[in-house]
Amino acid sequence: MSASSPRPPDAPDARIAALAQAHAALPGALLPLLHAIQDEFRCIPDEAVPLIAAALNLSRAEVHGVIGFYRHFRSHAPGRHVVQICRAEACQAVGALEIEAHARRALGCGFHATSADGSVTLEPVYCLGNCACGPSLRVDDEIVGRVDARRFDELLAELRSAP
Amino acid sequence: MSRVFVSLDTSALALGAERVAQAIAAEAKQRGAAVEIVRNGSRGLFWLEPLVEVEAGGQRLAYGPVAPRDVASLFEAGFLAGGAHALALGPTQDIAYLARQERLTFARVGLTDPLSLDDYRAHGGWRGLENALALAPAAIVREVTDSGLRGRGGAAFPAGTKWETVRGAGAKQKYIVCNADEGDSGTFSDRMLMEGDPFCLIEGMAIAGLAVGATQGYIYLRSEYPQAARILAAAIAKAREAGWLGADVGGSGRAFDIELRLGAGAYICGEETALLESLEGRRGIVRAKPPLPALAGLFGRPTAVNNVMTLAAVPLILERGAAYYRDYGMGRSRGTLPFQLAGNIRHGGLVEKAFGVTLNELLHDFGGGTLSGRPIRAVQVGGPLGAWIPPAQFDVPLDYERYGEIGAMLGHGGIVVFDDGVDMLRMARHAMEFCAEESCGKCTPCRIGSTRGVEVLDRVAANRDREAQLALLDSLCDTLLHGSACALGGMTPYPVLSALRHFPEDFGIGSQDHAP
Repeated sequence: MSASSPRPPDAPDARIAALAQAHAALPGALLPLLHAIQDEFRCIPDEAVPLIAAALNLSRAEVHGVIGFYRHFRSHAPGRHVVQICRAEACQAVGALEIEAHARRALGCGFHATSADGSVTLEPVYCLGNCACGPSLRVDDEIVGRVDARRFDELLAELRSAP
Repeated sequence: MSRVFVSLDTSALALGAERVAQAIAAEAKQRGAAVEIVRNGSRGLFWLEPLVEVEAGGQRLAYGPVAPRDVASLFEAGFLAGGAHALALGPTQDIAYLARQERLTFARVGLTDPLSLDDYRAHGGWRGLENALALAPAAIVREVTDSGLRGRGGAAFPAGTKWETVRGAGAKQKYIVCNADEGDSGTFSDRMLMEGDPFCLIEGMAIAGLAVGATQGYIYLRSEYPQAARILAAAIAKAREAGWLGADVGGSGRAFDIELRLGAGAYICGEETALLESLEGRRGIVRAKPPLPALAGLFGRPTAVNNVMTLAAVPLILERGAAYYRDYGMGRSRGTLPFQLAGNIRHGGLVEKAFGVTLNELLHDFGGGTLSGRPIRAVQVGGPLGAWIPPAQFDVPLDYERYGEIGAMLGHGGIVVFDDGVDMLRMARHAMEFCAEESCGKCTPCRIGSTRGVEVLDRVAANRDREAQLALLDSLCDTLLHGSACALGGMTPYPVLSALRHFPEDFGIGSQDHAP
């Protein structure tokens, strides 16, 4: 799971610059590069923007605009785990909005926020492709189906006890 | 050695297939049973997942849904030899839900190991590509044109016509772009195929490349599909290693390669020009058309942008010939559509049928009614931009033209079922909210109109000047319909107005008072 991968110990600037250089020759390199950085650092830190811009011959505004446009990219590291709740129609048909309300209560936070203990960042998602087996969650890189309040609480207990 | 099949499909895993596979491995080890566990795609019978199959007596026998705690009793019952058990379902291919389908594109999905080149070859793989290699590009395109295949992403544009445009465009570099940004709620056929039979998509793209003269393909896959990403990446590497991709496709001396690219959580990137912008490394803002992507697409070069289902239908057409595919279907809708039964449905899953099947058959004969046991009240066909269909229209044949006549669309074949607890005003509001959330911001009707739409519907819900608000909603939808740059703004009125038309009581009006 990407969320449990350790943060590299030092010199993130050098590492980001190296990643940027490694992608520089790729046609349309920006999204692959942003994915590579976020996979490693769990976010696109602000200090990465000028390094990316320099390597790909873009303006910082262009890089910033792309990071801001796509829901997947984040500028700050999330909690230890990311839980996405599907809000799309197929999951709504089997109670997704009730799960959403339950999750907000259980975590004490809303979307795009992190529980006070730092264990879980909650996000909305529109469809995980598990539409015959909803309500659906994505917990880091795993999809979970047929989630009810009890199942959510079990998952949450596992995440809170996990590193 | 007994062969046992446990799916690696996302939905199977979401229901616990991984733990079931582990339990079977552990139990087999403890009992000293020689078991090979094959991780196959899903048969698409999701209410039976995790489905476990065994090879016994020359056929595949199914058990399901299996929980880890059932595994010991399955071994006790001798399931490896097809022993009787409360979860036994008999031969998989005889399960009525499967037996009544017409699986052309999904013929191999669930049957084979998705990453086994031997399995793929043994089940007819690469024959379409081999036939294509013996044909001139124009002849490949003609075969696709004659099959009647239309774009399965939703727009239903004739695939052969698009390819002919790209083929005829004079350029040294052309591209094949596979749109795997399957963002519509209620759809998972692309995902199932990419996870369950990825070589089929690769073969279809290679044929497309030969047909139009493109040497490079990209698969733009949404980031919400991590399992599909893992499997596709592995499949592309294997196909390249085996010589089906690269500088010398199948020993022909002709080049075609594929790169997998991930989206980043933007629904609009399913729109082909926004997708191209994203592939080029920019925000997913839709482009004005013309120029058509077929003439000036990726990096300004001629590009065939096709949905996963379109490309995955191509190997069979080249293997069996255009007529074989065209003989399925009705009217101008030829071949099959992999329908996806989703939402509040008892037997949810994938049903590939020839065009012309009705919702009544899909929802009742296949789907078994709602999961909740309540009556079906409304069904959304074709994703979040598709119209709501009331039970009175469940007998209309699922065909591109017939659905167009009732103000609806088939889209990507997603069918989302709601029972009588649904509030259709809330669903109409959700359509506007979704449009506002996902708008790229390029055009005013979509960017601003969607937010105004949420506000108008909130005033309707609060019964504040309801008649005037509904008139305003009509006008607003008219602007979205005719003034938007792409289908996101242009089709958001479909779910909104169809909800109002078919379920006026949820908007606080009698059915005869309002007919938009």
